[in-house]
Amino acid sequence: MAAQTLFEKIWNSHVVHEAPGEPALLYIDLHLIHEVTSPQAFEGLATAGRKVRRLDRTFATLDHNIPTTDRSLPITDPDSKAQIEMMRKNCRDFGVKLFDLGEIGQGIVHVIGPELGLSQPGMTIVCGDSHTATHGALGALAFGIGTSEVEHVLATQCLWQARPQSMEVRVDGKLGLGVTAKDIILGIIGRITTDGGTGCVIEYRGSTIEALSMDERMTVCNMTIEGGARAGMIAADRKTVDYLRGRRYLPTGAEFDRLAAKWLTYHTDEGAKFDRSISFDAASFAPQVTWGTNPGMVTEVTGKVPDPSSLSDATSRRATELALEYMDLAPGTPLTDVKIDRVFIGSCTNGRISDLQAAADIVKGRRVAATVSAMVVPGSQLVKNEAEKLGLDRVFKEAGFEWREAGCSMCLGMNPDILKPGERCASTSNRNFEGRQGKGGRTHLVSPIMAAAAAVAGHFVDVREWANR
Amino acid sequence: MMKAFKNFTGLVAPLDRPNVDTDQIIPKQFLKAVVRSGLAKGLFFDWRNQPDSQFVLNQPRFEKADILVARANFGCGSSREHAVWALADFGFRAVIAPSFADIFKNNCLKNGILTVILKPEETDAIFNAIKEHQDYHLTIDLPAQKVADEFGWSAHFDIDPFPKRCLLEGLDDIALTLMQGEKIRAHEAAHPVPYKS
Repeated sequence: MAAQTLFEKIWNSHVVHEAPGEPALLYIDLHLIHEVTSPQAFEGLATAGRKVRRLDRTFATLDHNIPTTDRSLPITDPDSKAQIEMMRKNCRDFGVKLFDLGEIGQGIVHVIGPELGLSQPGMTIVCGDSHTATHGALGALAFGIGTSEVEHVLATQCLWQARPQSMEVRVDGKLGLGVTAKDIILGIIGRITTDGGTGCVIEYRGSTIEALSMDERMTVCNMTIEGGARAGMIAADRKTVDYLRGRRYLPTGAEFDRLAAKWLTYHTDEGAKFDRSISFDAASFAPQVTWGTNPGMVTEVTGKVPDPSSLSDATSRRATELALEYMDLAPGTPLTDVKIDRVFIGSCTNGRISDLQAAADIVKGRRVAATVSAMVVPGSQLVKNEAEKLGLDRVFKEAGFEWREAGCSMCLGMNPDILKPGERCASTSNRNFEGRQGKGGRTHLVSPIMAAAAAVAGHFVDVREWANR
Repeated sequence: MMKAFKNFTGLVAPLDRPNVDTDQIIPKQFLKAVVRSGLAKGLFFDWRNQPDSQFVLNQPRFEKADILVARANFGCGSSREHAVWALADFGFRAVIAPSFADIFKNNCLKNGILTVILKPEETDAIFNAIKEHQDYHLTIDLPAQKVADEFGWSAHFDIDPFPKRCLLEGLDDIALTLMQGEKIRAHEAAHPVPYKS
C-alpha cells in the first residue's frame, strides 16, 4: 500500500460513501456535546421525530455556562439555568449519558474526552465547539462543527465533509527553559497568521513535538483553529498508550493490548506526502504574549507593542490601529511594562493537571500582587481532585488565588466569571477577541507559568528569569 | 432542512475589517438561547451598542441591508451557529469576502446563506462603489455564479458543485444521509465501540 499520512489513514477508513463531485460521507466515532450548541439540534431531532442513532458514541457534559463557585448554591442567571435544565432534559428524553455537575467526569468537554478514555487514536471525533482539535493530540481526527451538523451527527452518526488539504508543521530541537507548548502554538500562529491553515488539517511533527507530554500536545492541538485549520493532530506513540492505560472507558488486559497495538499504527508513513509543509526550530520560540485582538497578534515577552505606521498594507495597518485602540496600548511599549488587573489560569487550552502544577511551582512561597485579582479554574472535576490531592489548591490559596470548580469560566465569560470594562487580564485561554472575557475587557494570552509570574509581579515578566533562579 | 437560495438583488452594507470573529458577530450572552430565532438583536451587539456608535448597521441607509461585504477570514473563531442565525434574522442572505473561516462557511450553507468568495481587488471595487452610490445594490445569480451591479460591473465566483446543489434545491441533508443507511450499517458492523462494556 502507498505511504499514507496520519490524516489519510483516519480519513480513508471512515469514508462510508463517496461519489464524484460530492463531499465524502464520513463516519463519526465519538460525538461530544455540551449545553450551548446542542439545544437547537435536539429540537430539530424532536420535530422530525428522529432519535439519537448511537447512544454508545454520544456523551454530554455541562461546561460553558456553569458557575465555578459553590456547586451547592442555585444557579442565579435564569438563562444559564434554563439552558442547563434543557441539557438535562434532552439527555433524559433521548437517553444520552450526561456528566452532570458534582459527578466525576464532569468538566470542559475537551478535557474529559481524553481523561475518560473516550477519545482514542484513529478515531473521528466531533463536537459543537471549535476547540475540538484538542483531541487530535491522541492521534485522532477531531474537529468542531456547527449546531446543524450536531443534529446531523446525532441523527446519522455521519457528516458530509469535503476532503481538506493536509499540512505538515514540523518543530525540531530543544525548547529553552521557561518556553512551553503554549509558546510553541502562539509562536506558530503569529507566523502563519490566523488564517494560515484555513482548509487544512495540520499534523504537528518533529522531535520537539515528540518530546512533549500528552497534556502539552493537547495544548498545541487545541489552538489549531486559531490558525484557521479545523483539525490539528499528532501521531500516537508509547506516550499516548501509557496515557490512556487504565482510563475509565477503556477495557483492560488483552483487550487493551489489542487496541494499543492498533493505535500505534496511527502515524504518518515514511515517504507520505503532505499538500503543504512548514518547519520551525524550537530554539526560535520564546515566551509569548499577545498584544492585540486575535491570537495572531502576538510577540515575544521581550518585545514591544508594534507600530501600525510601520505597516505598508492599509488593511493590516487599520486592523492594528483598531486593536491597539481597543487594548489601550501605545506603539513601542515594552510588554514587560504592561500592568494587569486579573489573572485567569484554566480553560481547555491550559486547564490540565500539568498546567496547574507548573503554575503552582511559580507561585509557591510568593504572593499575588495587591493590584491583581487571580483565579484558577481546573479543567475538570478529575483535574480538581488530583490537584487537591497534590496540595496545589493550598499553594494557590496561600498565594492569594481563588480556587474554583471546573468549567470553561472566564475563557468565554458565559458564566459570572467576566472582566469588567477596561480590566486587563493575563489569561491561559485561547482567544483574545474583543469582549471575549467580558465587554470592554482586554485579554493577553500567555502560558500558565507566564500568567502565574504576571500575577505575582503585577505586570508581564520574562518567566525565564524566574525559571533560572 | 436546508433553506433554498433564490437569486435576488439586494442592498449591500460594508464592514471594512479583516478577521471578523464570531464573538463579534454575536457575543456570548446571546448563546444562552435555546431556539434559533430572534437573534438579530445580538448581531454585532458590542459594536452597535457603543456610545455614539457609527457602526455600519446603525446607519439608516444600511438598516435594510441584504448583503454584507467584508474583508478576509470572515467568521473566524468559535463554531457558534448563532452567528449565522443572527445574520439571517437581521435579513442578510449573502456575505461577500475574500475568504471565510471553514466552520462559519459550513454553518452558512446549512442555513441557506450564500458565502461569496471574491478576489481582494473585487471586494475593493464593491467597497468603493458603496462610497460612490447611496443605495448600492448587487444581484446575485447562483446558477451563473455571478454578482453584478446595475452599472455594468460584475464578478464571477467559484463554488463547489455539491454546496451549490444543496443551496439551490434546499436539500434535507439528514434524509440524504439516511439513504446511505445500508453502507452506514455495514461500517458499524465492522467497527465495534472500543469502550469497556
